[in-house]
Amino acid sequence: MPDPLVEVQGLTKVFGPTLALDAVDLRVDPGAVVALLGPNGAGKTTLLKLLATAIKPSAGGGRVLGEDLLKGRDRIRRRIGMISHSHHLYDDLTALENLQFAAAMRGMRVTRGAIDKALGEVGLEGQANGKLRTFSTGMKRRLVIGKMLLFAPELLFLDEPHNTLDQAAIALLDGYVASVASRGGAAIVATHNLSRAYGMADHFVLIRDGAVTWRASKDGLTAEMLRELYARHAEGSETVEGRS
Amino acid sequence: MSAIGEVVRRTWAMTRKDVTVELRARERVNAMLFFAALVLFIFNFALGPDREKLREVAPGLLWLAFLFTGMLGLARSFQAERENDCFEELLLTPGDRESIYFGKLAGNVLFMMMAEALILPLFGILYNLDVWAQLPSLALVAVLGTVGFSTIGTLLAAMTAHLRAREVMLPLLLFPLTVPVILGSVRATEAILSGGGLGEVSHWLKLLAGFDVIFLVACPLAFEFVLEE
Repeated sequence: MPDPLVEVQGLTKVFGPTLALDAVDLRVDPGAVVALLGPNGAGKTTLLKLLATAIKPSAGGGRVLGEDLLKGRDRIRRRIGMISHSHHLYDDLTALENLQFAAAMRGMRVTRGAIDKALGEVGLEGQANGKLRTFSTGMKRRLVIGKMLLFAPELLFLDEPHNTLDQAAIALLDGYVASVASRGGAAIVATHNLSRAYGMADHFVLIRDGAVTWRASKDGLTAEMLRELYARHAEGSETVEGRS
Repeated sequence: MSAIGEVVRRTWAMTRKDVTVELRARERVNAMLFFAALVLFIFNFALGPDREKLREVAPGLLWLAFLFTGMLGLARSFQAERENDCFEELLLTPGDRESIYFGKLAGNVLFMMMAEALILPLFGILYNLDVWAQLPSLALVAVLGTVGFSTIGTLLAAMTAHLRAREVMLPLLLFPLTVPVILGSVRATEAILSGGGLGEVSHWLKLLAGFDVIFLVACPLAFEFVLEE
């Protein structure tokens, strides 16, 4: 059995008086696409940020990509990618400059050819010198996928990635996530879009009030069953705000 | 690549990005220059033509213009990172945090010194002072003062970047911490404009250099905690 890409136990995060994440255990094997489901404020984004080493846990720990979550943060960061609902790009830079800057900050040397290839793969050929401010939202999201193609992360974190995407961009994104998993990597997707989650994931984890309330694999689970399970377990938690 | 090489490369990438963004947006430098000119004009009208009075207050006024202008620049130095959550991307960047800090610092020093280079001649004209004869000495004081002010200012700008009241908090935190730098800069400028040479202000220059070194060592170390918390 291959080593898991993510294996964390008791992950807890407290922001002031608020318990954002309560002793979460999670295991993600190579090739898996895991959907983190839950209402707004459930703690999905907090869990993603903890796994991506953007924030430190208040308690608990584990390993991501074989590295200790606390001691191996730098090595983890070199091998992960994050696609968020914000695109993390600079509006006053061109597409080319954005990719060159992101690569330089990761300590990577990328050639113009590699950048043009990545842009071509996401349908932005000929747009390298276009200023981001002139790009549509869909084009910006494509550029984020292009950035991921350059970085080639083994573990991908996605936070509400389908927001504001058109159908073509959704297909591109889902295809990219599937390609990462098929190469032996994995993806963890935080979303409350159940149909999208069902389409792209093979494991489902529901978080409510910072704790995992159920988890299931896709085997034998229909989209309708997923909706019913979600409604039953997430019911009544919409009032908790501020932790997603 | 060596560790130092990577720090230098990442620092340069950050500075180049900030300069490129500013050259395109021109939000920061335009605001800084307009504000500095306004300060100098207002005090010129308020103080009148009394040459002796002007000579007495001129060093303080010059640094008032420098520092308020620098404050404006610092307050906007993480504006690009706030937009589109680019700060989060920086958090996920592997490697040292010092290069992010030094890259930001280099940009801040550069913009502040650009503004100072334009403020100084305007100051000389408006206040009828011969700044050209003392230019090398004044430039040395300006560099030391600017580095000290920007070094801690960059750290505090990062610290307050996510606060709603950042425009208020930044000066509230920055000015008390930079009192030695402000005092040293104003006193040294006063002595130079009165005809004193560098020898006469060497104790102030040493004080400024000392604070610059302390801030340049301590602030990058603190920056990692600021960025992550």
